[in-house]
Amino acid sequence: MNDAFGRPQTALVVGGGSDLALAVLDRLDVTLVRVGLAARSADALASAVADRFTAEVRTFHFDAADPTEHATMVDEAAEWLGDIDLAIVAHGDLGQPFSLETTPEEVARLISVNHAGAAAACQAVARCLAAQGHGTLVAFSSVAAMRPRLGNLPYASAKAGFDAFALGLDHALAGTGARVMVVRPGFVHTKMTAGLAPQPLATDAAAVADAVVDGLVKGKSVVWAPAPLALTPALRILPKALWRRLSER
Amino acid sequence: MTRRLLSGWGGTAAVISDVREPITVAEVGAALAEPDRGVIGRGLGRSYGDAAQRAGGVVVSTLGLRSPVTVDTDSATVTAGAGWSLRELIDELVPLGWFFPVVPGTADVTLGGAIAADVHGKNHHRSGSLGSHVRSLDLITADGRLHRLDPQGASGRAFWATVGGMGLTGVITEATVALRPVAGDRLAVTTRRHGDIDAVMTALVEADAAHEYTVAWLDLADPARGGRGVIDAADHLDQAAPVRATGSTRATVPPLPVNVVQPPVTRVFNEIWWRRAPLRPRTTAGSFARFFHPLDAVASWGRLYGPTGFTQWQMAVPVDAADAVRTCAERLANGTVPPSLVVLKRFGAADAAPLSFPQPGWTLAVDLAANDPATATLLDALDDVVVGAGGRIYLTKDARLRPDLLAAMYPRIDEWRAERDRLDPGRRMASDLSLRLGLV
Ligand SMILES: Cc1cc2nc3c(=O)[nH]c(=O)nc-3n(C[C@H](O)[C@H](O)[C@H](O)COP(=O)(O)OP(=O)(O)OC[C@H]3O[C@@H](n4cnc5c(N)ncnc54)[C@H](O)[C@@H]3O)c2cc1C
Repeated sequence: MNDAFGRPQTALVVGGGSDLALAVLDRLDVTLVRVGLAARSADALASAVADRFTAEVRTFHFDAADPTEHATMVDEAAEWLGDIDLAIVAHGDLGQPFSLETTPEEVARLISVNHAGAAAACQAVARCLAAQGHGTLVAFSSVAAMRPRLGNLPYASAKAGFDAFALGLDHALAGTGARVMVVRPGFVHTKMTAGLAPQPLATDAAAVADAVVDGLVKGKSVVWAPAPLALTPALRILPKALWRRLSER
Repeated sequence: MTRRLLSGWGGTAAVISDVREPITVAEVGAALAEPDRGVIGRGLGRSYGDAAQRAGGVVVSTLGLRSPVTVDTDSATVTAGAGWSLRELIDELVPLGWFFPVVPGTADVTLGGAIAADVHGKNHHRSGSLGSHVRSLDLITADGRLHRLDPQGASGRAFWATVGGMGLTGVITEATVALRPVAGDRLAVTTRRHGDIDAVMTALVEADAAHEYTVAWLDLADPARGGRGVIDAADHLDQAAPVRATGSTRATVPPLPVNVVQPPVTRVFNEIWWRRAPLRPRTTAGSFARFFHPLDAVASWGRLYGPTGFTQWQMAVPVDAADAVRTCAERLANGTVPPSLVVLKRFGAADAAPLSFPQPGWTLAVDLAANDPATATLLDALDDVVVGAGGRIYLTKDARLRPDLLAAMYPRIDEWRAERDRLDPGRRMASDLSLRLGLV
């Protein structure tokens, strides 16, 4: 069960290798008893996180590109976890820097993984939370959903779709005891962004985790990390030329 | 059957449950028969945390269990349905010259809920907790059967597993409780200020020797105030014409979008509470309502904490652990969120219930907004102080204890579990509290 401070006893991470999700689990390890990590290479992940948590950890196979397996994976995880107090959907694939050279197949793949796969995973989790009458789903969106850059266009547009889906899912869950919290991190120094030039307001996984834990306590529906990024949507009223220049910063 | 969003008095960790509202024993039995995610009784929902809810399961409202209130003057007892509130009972009893033996800080609790939590009042140092005044109770177990339980004899184990058993043995439908005779509804109340926590603690020991009811309010809103406090001590007054016993609610707090119990407010609130107490000790005639249930004057005051709600942390430590009280008070005063209402009291003898909270010694209770991870961390650390001192946390207030501390806090838990399992072998009775703490 979640406690009065929104701290869970069980958690399922979809995209279990995500640095951000694992940093959140670090913060919540005090209360966590069982953690399920779902990832494409479950075995590699299992050895990577061995001894990281005091909670008992089990890994599950999850391939974002194959939504037919999502519901079974979530059911299997829920069976072992007991209830899912907290679910985090965190997988993401930035792909290679986008340009006109990028193949249409690659665009479709990135959108399928980052949007369709993530939304389907959220849907599987949401049905489970609704049935158990409680629980929080943390959906990792991105500031890119609000402010795409050329270099991450497929990823950003997929996140925009995913973000819209997650917000709507929270609405759909109204009255079920379960809820969705959408997290929009900015540029975070992680293995996903290694080698990329950091952008303004760059942050790290620990800071994002703090913002997520704070959001859980306060029952927020949207969390920006760092907080000043919340101004991003307001920037869209800028003239197109200026907006594009800003976006490429 | 209605699906309802439920949470405790603290307004945290809300969940959806199917709520049943049975009136007859058969209806209670039917409600207990079906669940696959567990079922639990719920009275007036004054427990602060998740004791009276079951996410995705069934919640049996006991408010319809209102078999008539009958007073037996020969045995000085009252028998009543478990759904009556103590407010209703006291209002009936006082004009007849009787008072309830133990009343908690609010009168808006049900008889059943009060027994299930084995509640204590400001007279615990003399009268113990409610369980020791219950002469018998009727319990419906998960198999739908009705049992009459007595404190002694063959049903004694089941009785004491139910007292303080947080609804996990079944649903109490009726109880017989021994009464205290009173001549009216007035108290002689003495209010006295004390400059720091040591003075408060010393004076509380003295006050307990002299008075039937005692309680101390500590000001921990600012470490510079040194834990100054006000002690209220009271005794029943003889009086010819009883009037109204519990008083009525005067104001209501609407749902608020934000927490208004912010540090400056807390400091002012505590200052007012301090100044309310006279410079020199003074004894006045006070009503039951003002002395026993000062907070009941404002309905839904918990809403002041805004949508994220609040939690109450209440601990009890043995007599020789006064240092643990000081340590906790100090850490609370130095925490990021200054606590608003802090109550200190001494407990007398414990009763026979394995899960009962009071033990001889000190009890400290504090309300804190549940909106800051730092508060959660602080309370976790305070739990360790309490366990280290041989103490425990009150389950009916809890919404955040770590389950690994439970056995150290309640050393007789396995004895309780064995009896509970005998009464409900299928383990159908379950609450979010019992799942969170692994009680069952
Ligand atoms: C302002 C305030 C002050 C308080 N002061 C004190 C105090 O001074 N001392 C003290 O001891 N407590 C105090 N309390 C706590 C309160 O007395 C207990 O939480 C009490 O159990 C609440 O009764 P309820 O009817 O609201 O029960 P609920 O909160 O609805 O339920 C509490 C527990 O009792 C069980 N239960 C309820 N009815 C039944 C039944 N018929 N059969 C079996 N189980 C049942 C539930 O399953 C649950 O586990 C205070 C609470 C508030 C809000």
